[in-house]
Amino acid sequence: MIISPEDVEHVAKLARLSLEEGELERLTVELNSILTYMDQLRQVDTQAVEPTTHAMELFNVLRDDQVRPSMGVEEVLANAPRRFGDSFQVPRVIE
Amino acid sequence: MQLWELTMCQARELLDRREITSAELTQAFLDRIGLVEKRVRAFLTVAGQQALEQASEADRRLGAGERTPVLGIPLALKDVLCTRGLPTTCGSRILENFVPPYDATVVEWLRADGAVFLGKTNMDEFAMGSSTEHSAFGPTRNPWDLERIPGGSSGGSAAAVAAQECLAALGSDTGGSIRQPAACCGIVGMKPTYGRVSRYGLVAFASSLDQIGPMTKDVRDCALLLGAIAGHDPRDSTSVPLARPDYTKALNGELEGLRVGYLEEEEGVEPDVSRALGEALGVLESLGARLVPVKLPHMPYALPSYYLVAPAEASSNLARYDGVKYGFRCGEEGGLLEMYCCSRSKGFGQEVKRRIMLGTYALSAGYYDAYYRKACQVRTLLVGDFRQAFKLCDVIVSPTAPSTAFRLGERLQDPIQMYLSDYFTIPVNMAGLPALSVPCGLDGKGLPIGLQIIGAHFQEERILQVAYGFEQATGHHLRRPRL
Repeated sequence: MIISPEDVEHVAKLARLSLEEGELERLTVELNSILTYMDQLRQVDTQAVEPTTHAMELFNVLRDDQVRPSMGVEEVLANAPRRFGDSFQVPRVIE
Repeated sequence: MQLWELTMCQARELLDRREITSAELTQAFLDRIGLVEKRVRAFLTVAGQQALEQASEADRRLGAGERTPVLGIPLALKDVLCTRGLPTTCGSRILENFVPPYDATVVEWLRADGAVFLGKTNMDEFAMGSSTEHSAFGPTRNPWDLERIPGGSSGGSAAAVAAQECLAALGSDTGGSIRQPAACCGIVGMKPTYGRVSRYGLVAFASSLDQIGPMTKDVRDCALLLGAIAGHDPRDSTSVPLARPDYTKALNGELEGLRVGYLEEEEGVEPDVSRALGEALGVLESLGARLVPVKLPHMPYALPSYYLVAPAEASSNLARYDGVKYGFRCGEEGGLLEMYCCSRSKGFGQEVKRRIMLGTYALSAGYYDAYYRKACQVRTLLVGDFRQAFKLCDVIVSPTAPSTAFRLGERLQDPIQMYLSDYFTIPVNMAGLPALSVPCGLDGKGLPIGLQIIGAHFQEERILQVAYGFEQATGHHLRRPRL
């Protein structure tokens, strides 16, 4: 077993997912099967190989720091699940 | 001939000559949608009233003498593209009620050019899947056989074009999501070079791989629509500041002396698909192309490497869905952390959660080097393979998918089998290359087969040239499903 149920639980916590009844067992089986498949990557010698995170060459793109029109408050808040005045409202964080 | 049977280019000519109006054309498609949509289920939203308003505005502009490639042309958009004022769900419960306050750049440009938007098409949730069965709103059916999948993730767009519910559509492609459904539905689909088309307003799945592209009835339409969406956009810093060519100029049918690379070894390909590929190579040779065997030694490792890179990027991109600023929210009464976990667990479907878990694991402390870094190193080798291959040839051809459309439900219980649908398309995204799928015949069951044509970076014209020559010589693109 590559990934244990305890690992799966830990990863779920990192990903801010709560697992329902039976989901932990199912995900453990599925992730193990997928990671076993990934194991074939070990056959590839990558010792002196630089990693590629992007297939095209990337350059910094800079622009002048000018004030430009942006989206209005009402538009920004239009999809808010809950708002308070001109703010997004979330449950109390500090007791 | 019915108006919905036209290609985009044919409709363009009739509109420009004022022989038909965009209003008539749009109404014909809305009627067609009314007739077949119950069986196909390609759309998540049909915006009939808006479409008719856009059509009459287009007619006014046409009357004033204005001409653009898409003026008055009824299109469908994959529901991953932000459309101002029109719901954009990404096939997910978590965005079920999301109405974007802005247009994606491609939508903005098409809108400015006077395109008509018929609606938003179904897709695998967050573009994760190869069958459109992972949509939270139910699967789309393949117009060639309603018991089969249309491919995915842009299955709604592919089915809508194949069922002639729109003239053309846009899809997005992270590992084959335009090309594989195009193959399954017997249409043309192209993933442009990474950076060719702006990703601004495309809901992100894996940012180093995602690209928007056209899905059309034939190669000429593909060239026309690509020309309307390609180009530099300062709002996407990975979009490339190159002039936008007139892609239709590449359609000269000339293949003489062109070097066409092909892969000698192909495992797990259905016999009918192999046969169609062999025939396609024969056609290209008869048109004057020179066939060159090429090797991509690391190709078998593209799939496992992709399924670490893409989920890793997805786990980071999808962290934004936390129930705070938009999207589904639940669990408020349990505090902030409970709200995050509840919103995400109830908002995301199984496949999305599986990939978030996989990506989070691959990036987590202790596993980063063994998984994510290793996958990125293999990606380097894969990019090198293509670089070597393109020293020997101008384009590389392969099957688009190892098999034709499978039955609904057939691969749902086996993620690896589902992932293998993208065996031939994934390496292209990993290397940022452009590629197109063009119909190359039917299998024994009467299902469409796709031929993939891959080019070097920014060689879209070369691909279109080969695809057009092939299409004109074979006529496979003229077949339509009976619905």
